[in-house]
Amino acid sequence: MESLDLELDEGHLELPAEPMRLMMGPSHPAMHGTVRCVVDLSGETILNVDVQIGYLHRGFEKMCERGTWAQVFPYVDRLNYVSPMLNNVGYALAVEKMCGIVVPERCQWYRMILGELARMSDHLTCDGAMAMELGAFTPFLWMIKAREMIWDVMEEETGARLTHSFGRIGGMAKPPTKHFKDLALNTARSVVAIVDESEKMLLKNRIFVDRLENVGVISQADAISLGFTGPCLRATGVAYDIRKTQPYLKYDEIDFEVPVGTNGDTLDRFLVRLAEIRQSARIIEQACARMADEGAVSVDDPRVMLPEKTAVYGTIEATIQHFKLVMEGAKVPKGEVYSYTEAGNGELGFYLVSDGSGTPFRVRIRPPSFMNTGGLGHLLKGRMISDVVPIFGSLNMIGGECDH
Amino acid sequence: MSQAVIQLLRQKFGAAIVETHAQFGDDTAVVESSKWLEIATFLKNDPACAFEMLSDLSAVDYPERTPRLEVVAHLYSLTKGHRVRIKTRVGDEEGEGAEIDTVVGLWGTANWLERECFDMFGVNFRGHPDLRRILMYPEFQGHPLRKDYPAEKAQPLVAYRTDEEAGMSIDKQAPFGPHEGMSFARNDWTKRAEDAN
Repeated sequence: MESLDLELDEGHLELPAEPMRLMMGPSHPAMHGTVRCVVDLSGETILNVDVQIGYLHRGFEKMCERGTWAQVFPYVDRLNYVSPMLNNVGYALAVEKMCGIVVPERCQWYRMILGELARMSDHLTCDGAMAMELGAFTPFLWMIKAREMIWDVMEEETGARLTHSFGRIGGMAKPPTKHFKDLALNTARSVVAIVDESEKMLLKNRIFVDRLENVGVISQADAISLGFTGPCLRATGVAYDIRKTQPYLKYDEIDFEVPVGTNGDTLDRFLVRLAEIRQSARIIEQACARMADEGAVSVDDPRVMLPEKTAVYGTIEATIQHFKLVMEGAKVPKGEVYSYTEAGNGELGFYLVSDGSGTPFRVRIRPPSFMNTGGLGHLLKGRMISDVVPIFGSLNMIGGECDH
Repeated sequence: MSQAVIQLLRQKFGAAIVETHAQFGDDTAVVESSKWLEIATFLKNDPACAFEMLSDLSAVDYPERTPRLEVVAHLYSLTKGHRVRIKTRVGDEEGEGAEIDTVVGLWGTANWLERECFDMFGVNFRGHPDLRRILMYPEFQGHPLRKDYPAEKAQPLVAYRTDEEAGMSIDKQAPFGPHEGMSFARNDWTKRAEDAN
């Protein structure tokens, strides 16, 4: 047989000199979330990138201006749909800050435990999906199994796996179930065991580590300027965690660490998330030990809390109170407030403006994913096309909150 | 939040600080829109302020006020651990001519946040490198978060199918109209504006 390259010297192989424009997304099999990256390529190197978001825009802020303050809860569930409980708590805290309400101690612990479970599920999803996109399917299934355990606890507590709508202004919808502490503790321990196992699978895999290490490096100054918060900022070594710097609920009474990275690369973001799952488990252990078994979970304040159902059917006062709260909504004092909590992806802020009525005048959400995705272009420039997938995965863009 | 920063701003800029308040513990300064960039630069670079992070930038539409739009920025300092909110008012009764300087040169976050603000409220940021819509599509008309933009209005890029085309009734409206489930407390800004005239 003749050699195949015999014909080659007759003509020059002409490669195009101009950059090639490639559309990645909005629906790309290796990228979770609907986002489009328009990349200009020279060979396989990315010269320029335009990240286009908005495919999941549902007018969250506009919708909030139509209902009552309490009707916002189902909407915030759908912002970060991987950890809806953190959004519920964040929004409830913002409205409570305006009303001057402090929820009972038992409720604060309850919110913390549920919130940390939600944080675990957020990080598990991000790290698991990232591994899957790089070809490691088994750890993904393990981590999703762990996430399913967490959602089982959520289902037991709230009745819904994902969209709980469990927060209330001044408390939670229901007190913890009888076996809540055992459930939470056992789940947290099993999740940590699964994380240990998955970590061994991944971090001893040369291919996996090589694709993450020194990929998508961002300096501290750039990360701060781009408004990175949460694991993406902590991976660069800045120990900014709102649970430590401006503690809310009972975080100041709990002993936990803020894991930070050194390099600010994709591997650091991956590791920071894994370390945070372990810290969340620590918080759950301590919070379960300190949460009382008896006591109210909601404030006794007729201005914001719905009365007992038996009272609604039995007394005229409670019927009127129920009617006013459902039809007009709880009245929130006039003014503006910015309240911020540490959600799965970073600083989740709510800027609320009230005109004193039962309807929000303006609900502005500061979604952490929006800022993180805003830095994607910076991270991608100069990298190879194959780096898009791990870098994008490590930012954990959640379409619901990023696109409002 | 930090009262000291507000004091510093008052000393340095005097009349450019229109009003200040500390409602719910959030220190706020309302500033002249012409001094927006100057004040932002001071807040970022002054060692006593050192706001390295622009947490959030957005706007609020007050249809009964002139100037109508209020641009709101939340700043955070990692080194000092304090926060401040600065606001400025722009635009006439119709929200036209809303224009302020961009702060992209100070904080990278401002790029997308200002694009969002432009998209949702129609505030123009002078000197922004890439001011185009971010959440809505380029063909979209109007600014959806303004109070006079009707919430039920749709601008589909591909026209909806009609009953004739489908050969059946495809009315997807909620059985009780577009406001189903919305409370009595809902404000109809278009109607309020008509009543006022």
